Amino acid sequence: MAHAPSGTNYLNATKGWKSWLFTLDHKRIGIMYLLSVCIAFGLGGIFALLLRLELLHPGQMLFTAKQYNQLFTLHGAVMVFLFIIPSIPASLGNFILPIQLGAKDVAFPRLNLASLYIYIFGASFCLYSIFSGAVDTGWTFYTPYSTATDTSVISMTLGAFILGFSSILTGLNFIVTIHKLRPKGMTWFRMPLFLWAMYATSVIQVLATPVLAITLLLLILEKTIHVGIFNPALGGDPVLFQHFFWFYSHPAVYIMILPAMGIMSELVTTFCKKNIFGYKYVAFSSIAIAIISFLVWGHHLFVSGQSEYASMLFSLLTFLVAIPSAIKVFNWLVTMYKGSISFEAPFLYFLSFMFLFSIGGFTGIFLGTLSIDVHLHDTYFVVAHFHYVMMGGTVIAFLGGLHYWWPKMFGKMYSEFWARISCLLIFIGFNAVFFTQFILGAKGMPRRYYNYLDQFQPLHAFSTYGTWVLGTGFLIMAVYLIHSLRKGAPAPDNPWGGLTLEWKTTSPPPVENFLVTPEITHDPYDYERAGL
Amino acid sequence: MKDNIPVIEHHVAHHFDTAEQEFSAAKLGMWLFLAQEILFFSGVFVAYVIFRYLYPDAFLEGGKHLSWQLGALNTVFLIASSFTMVMGVRSAQVNKRKASINYLIATFMFALGFMCVKAIEYSQKIEHGYLPARWFFGEGASDKLHIFFGVYFAATGLHGLHVLVGMGLIAWLIYRSIKGEFHSEYYTPLEMVGLYWHLVDLVWIFLFPLLYLVG
Repeated sequence: MAHAPSGTNYLNATKGWKSWLFTLDHKRIGIMYLLSVCIAFGLGGIFALLLRLELLHPGQMLFTAKQYNQLFTLHGAVMVFLFIIPSIPASLGNFILPIQLGAKDVAFPRLNLASLYIYIFGASFCLYSIFSGAVDTGWTFYTPYSTATDTSVISMTLGAFILGFSSILTGLNFIVTIHKLRPKGMTWFRMPLFLWAMYATSVIQVLATPVLAITLLLLILEKTIHVGIFNPALGGDPVLFQHFFWFYSHPAVYIMILPAMGIMSELVTTFCKKNIFGYKYVAFSSIAIAIISFLVWGHHLFVSGQSEYASMLFSLLTFLVAIPSAIKVFNWLVTMYKGSISFEAPFLYFLSFMFLFSIGGFTGIFLGTLSIDVHLHDTYFVVAHFHYVMMGGTVIAFLGGLHYWWPKMFGKMYSEFWARISCLLIFIGFNAVFFTQFILGAKGMPRRYYNYLDQFQPLHAFSTYGTWVLGTGFLIMAVYLIHSLRKGAPAPDNPWGGLTLEWKTTSPPPVENFLVTPEITHDPYDYERAGL
Repeated sequence: MKDNIPVIEHHVAHHFDTAEQEFSAAKLGMWLFLAQEILFFSGVFVAYVIFRYLYPDAFLEGGKHLSWQLGALNTVFLIASSFTMVMGVRSAQVNKRKASINYLIATFMFALGFMCVKAIEYSQKIEHGYLPARWFFGEGASDKLHIFFGVYFAATGLHGLHVLVGMGLIAWLIYRSIKGEFHSEYYTPLEMVGLYWHLVDLVWIFLFPLLYLVG
């Protein structure tokens, strides 16, 4: 299977915009998703830069208090619903999952395309609400903020409701693909760990997202016809909204992090040229995280008037999440031991993830502890914690995966030099922004506040400067990635020496993924057998 | 007993090896979809449980404002429609196309009957002012009656929407059956809509006693 630069592949097999908009090829759908989530990320990033700019000094700088509330709400809603949730599964997952499995496509290609259009449809509702008064409730839409505000909560929640269906259909498609389209020889324990992670993610997507759907629907009914379920003035219970919301949204956190962990397992084996340490433990820890994820939502309600007994249970269950997460981190670390490590850009993202995710995970333990949470609840500490997990974890892994599979997706190499520079800037910028916020939070700075005491000014300013470094890193990345599409050197079939199936086909792959159906006779990461 | 109308061959999609693989994939996908449907409805059921616990009087009284006779009639309609649905699928599996089409039409008619009764019930409630809080002007002993009707309309409204979607799907099946697409070799859509329809039936089986029979 030599590389054939003149051969047809999925990119040039058919031409014209129609061949993209009506394609059923999971690879093209993945690329269109990739473009969409990157646009969403850019938009959410701009909101973040603007709101950090407002916080440079106490008092009003650029925006009024209401505009500030809208900015952080839009930043959160766009990043969560339009970017992070679909980011890895729908873009990289769509592209890589069937190839790693050795299948020609996902189980339901038309459903796959439908989920992309549902995503775009939902996204347009969210965009509409941005231009028609935005939303100022925070991305969590807590009642009674959301029932009392005059901003466009209905169109935003309707958008999130529709986006949920896109997420459900993608998850459903992946579960069926993994169950039914595994070729001969691809047993469950020969699957690359990215697939295990995607499987666990998909289970959460299918089982948790409908609860968000009904919650947002009830919220819309509350706002339009006053069903009274969440409105205390009518006898309803606003805390019920929080229960409903977090019953989805906590598992959703694992929808975000599990695929990232899957990418980490791929990166560590490929760049250390070593079999993963404890394959089954890493695989089953994904499933364990998925199961526990459904039982911890109450840790968002420690100070919302939940019973103490319930809080104690939720706190205990929250600590349990640390076990499978730590199994993964330690196994990756041990995999590196005596490996022949090469420090290319994807592996730098792996290292960043290890560092940042560990901090994010540990601070999660602080917040899961009842007495400490009472002090830290709704402070910048929480903001810093979930950014270390969501951005330090998921976004970093997404970027690692993007760099890892970029040559496979487009058949072009990007500039390794600039990739390293940008990774470094992102790492430094990120820590400058968010490590500072741990300190701010511990000192008592509440989250989502427009104004603050003068004593917090130096730390706030430092955090804002960090966003500029971070932004520069992303800007450089956008430039060299786009540049590589036009001017990049052609990518070999297997630039990193990976062993999973996507490296056994051409770069970019042919329409049906493989010219010759690969034979699967051994473990996915068996470098000793491969003689490397 | 085979109908002598030519059947349309079904071609397995390119990424499947066999028709069995394709069928079992569709079936697993449908079961997953039903799982998410159950979780979707779970929100309304949880709301029911919580508000019945908080305001038992409102729920006892609310149940009395509903006509259990009409509810029972609708229950009969849906159970009968589930039976005709099963027979429709079975008939296609043994190549009795005419019977299959007739059973599907019967299913559609039962569903239509359900929606008509629903319309009668809704209009009675609206007439008496038993609406969600925004338009509530009904008279009742409990001051939280509007919550019961909020839950009632949310639950039965969502269920009704599912019945409407089901009717659309059944109409589509009738159309495809007439074209001769379903036979012993290929009946996947029939089977899948059948599964969906049983779920819609099942949700009602729970809603009926919870809403109508608590009083």
